[in-house]
Amino acid sequence: MSGDRDAPAAAPAHVQVHAQGPAGVTLAREGALALLAAAAAILVAWAVPWLKFVLTLALAKGIAVLGILLLLRAGQVSFGHAMFLATGAYTVAFVAPRIEEVLLLLPLAMLLATLLGLAVGLFVVRYRDIFFGMLNLALSMVLYSLLEKLYDYTKGTDGIRVAALRFAGTVPGRETQEWLMFGLALLLAIGFGLLVRAYLGSPMGRALAGIKTRETRLEFMGISARRVLLFAYVLSALMGGAAGALVAMTSRHVTPQLAYWTSSGELVFIAILGGAGSALGPFLGAAGFELVRVYAAAAVAEAWQLILGSVLLLVILFAPGGIWGMLSGRLRGRGA
Amino acid sequence: MNDAITRRDALLGAAATAGSLLLAGGNARAQARPTELRIGITTFLSGAASVFGVPARQAAELLFEEINKAGGIAGLPVRAYFVDEAPGTDHLVGEYRRLVQNEGVYVVFASISSGSCLACTPLSDEMRKTTLLWDCGTQRIFEEGKHPYAFRTQGYGTPEVLAPLLYLLKHKPDFRTLAVINQDYAWGRDSWELWKAAMDALKPGVRVVAEMFPRFGAPDYSTEVTRLLAARPDVILSTSWGGDLVTLVRQASERRLFERSTFVLPVAEASMQVLGRTMPAGHVIGARGDHWNNHPQPKDPARLAKFVDAYRAKYNEYPIYPCHHMAQAISALQAGLGRAIQAKGGGWPNDLELANAFRGLTFDTPTSSITLREDGQGLEDQIVGLSSFNDRFPFAVPRDMIMFPAAMVSTPVGQKSVDWLKTLKPEMLAQVPAPIAG
Repeated sequence: MSGDRDAPAAAPAHVQVHAQGPAGVTLAREGALALLAAAAAILVAWAVPWLKFVLTLALAKGIAVLGILLLLRAGQVSFGHAMFLATGAYTVAFVAPRIEEVLLLLPLAMLLATLLGLAVGLFVVRYRDIFFGMLNLALSMVLYSLLEKLYDYTKGTDGIRVAALRFAGTVPGRETQEWLMFGLALLLAIGFGLLVRAYLGSPMGRALAGIKTRETRLEFMGISARRVLLFAYVLSALMGGAAGALVAMTSRHVTPQLAYWTSSGELVFIAILGGAGSALGPFLGAAGFELVRVYAAAAVAEAWQLILGSVLLLVILFAPGGIWGMLSGRLRGRGA
Repeated sequence: MNDAITRRDALLGAAATAGSLLLAGGNARAQARPTELRIGITTFLSGAASVFGVPARQAAELLFEEINKAGGIAGLPVRAYFVDEAPGTDHLVGEYRRLVQNEGVYVVFASISSGSCLACTPLSDEMRKTTLLWDCGTQRIFEEGKHPYAFRTQGYGTPEVLAPLLYLLKHKPDFRTLAVINQDYAWGRDSWELWKAAMDALKPGVRVVAEMFPRFGAPDYSTEVTRLLAARPDVILSTSWGGDLVTLVRQASERRLFERSTFVLPVAEASMQVLGRTMPAGHVIGARGDHWNNHPQPKDPARLAKFVDAYRAKYNEYPIYPCHHMAQAISALQAGLGRAIQAKGGGWPNDLELANAFRGLTFDTPTSSITLREDGQGLEDQIVGLSSFNDRFPFAVPRDMIMFPAAMVSTPVGQKSVDWLKTLKPEMLAQVPAPIAG
């Protein structure tokens, strides 16, 4: 991850395109592409009812991966990000019997995940690279163990059923509820996507790339690298919490599996699959991941892992920029 | 129908894919008589629990092949869609939707894992899809809520723990100390809670000298075995299963723990073939039901022999309990669908009519018959015995078997298992039937 520490000019092309912030054409194209993707998602959700559920989960996971993308900008990989997702999900599961309102549960889940992110962040942002990744992994496994072992409260690995939910005071039918969750996920995805875009374009966001290339220079400029990273970390925890709340409200059942290291690995996988070049990448990656998984599982139920793994290998070998890298490369090719 | 989907389609969610799926999913809700009977089956095809999931799938394939040769169910050829439970519940509930909305399955057979069942059952209410819970054991399903479309075609945790306890109280009534070593996940904890509640009611004053919950999939039990050797409990309970149980029995028998303490292993049956002669004789073993290979008085001996022989011929091993549970779900479907068609005077039943036919249904299994109670729970007899060896099998089978009628060891409708177990009286032991030599 930090091989190019002393050679910022050698950064991969797809990162540079965005990091340099070329105005106009690319921006408009990215916006158009995002709109197109959203329209396609709505069309698919309308045409194929069962995919609506899969896409809602994909959008939720995309939001969590958006948080990972922020840290990737700083050259840091968190192998424990699922802990924030699980925090959001379990918040919903625990509170739903008392407060059924989705519009209250969602901010609450985000708030708790943010607080956890702040507490954990104060500690982990002192570390870089493998130490950062492993500490996150360790802490997420602590959360996993707690969720699994505090059996009387969490019901262990069998998990908790999320009670019936209310949307702005009403209890819709199943079909409407699925649409509401899908719409909510889409809205949040767009909102967070724009937020991340603005953030990455701001001085704070630019400083993240500084951490990746050469941290010392950042400190010489009078910017605290730790503070920059902490801000990004807390923001990513917030998005993890929102994603977790969406996952819990959509699948309506939470298990400690959500905090297990494989779930964190899944998020990093999605980040790689989607590409770190744009705020659109995580959503492309998440949709790709979920669709490959469901189709692989439908086609060969016993070998879906093999197919998923092969796809990741192919992406790493032939398209290191991920899906976004492929798309943007093609778009630029056409524009030239 | 997914053969033609390329990577690009999948990645981009291309409109072409959506279109083809739209056409495929169009008649999912139609209640006209279909041309084939589609069944969605969720089972473990990967991970630790595939030791149950794969044999069950094999049993299903074997039986469906036979059924299709004989003209299908209700005259329709059967087509099964298998789904892997291993990726977790959020994936599984998506797959459940796919099975119902896209593949248009008529019935879903849900889940080995209790967590999967807990996630799928409420979905069966919402989607109004008859769901047979074919293997999961948690008592929470029907005790925490009503599920009009869900039916469990086998026993569950409470009878599967209570029967071995009653057997122990008959076989070794004077034990004074007990240790437990269960896997550290929901079933390990649940089963211990059930056992403890029943034991405290039926034989108060037993001292629990060790409660150990080694992690799921632990490769080494030397610490636990050492502790058990030092604690010298009269009885050691373990509801572990699969590879974990095999590892535990091997390591404990190497260090002669079986010579000091009596083991009670309620889920032993599925591991006996793997253990072979390593399994020590004279310990209490259960099978999550009555389907032992040496069942002393099966209801239909020819059917049991045919099933076991066909399975052995095809897969070169004896069927284990998940195979029987799968066979039970298939028998229940045959009986339930037949009953629904009869009730409709030969017409094709819709989802509600099908579900109603299962309530109170009695269907035959090779070894016995099972009745589905009004809450959806199946009443399956339990046979527990002492591990022993004979000339017929190269692995341990029970002797001195006691057959516990399901109604005796199951929580009555509307009560919670732990509360009910606490009300048991030691006089209950007088009702336990006499052992059968076997």
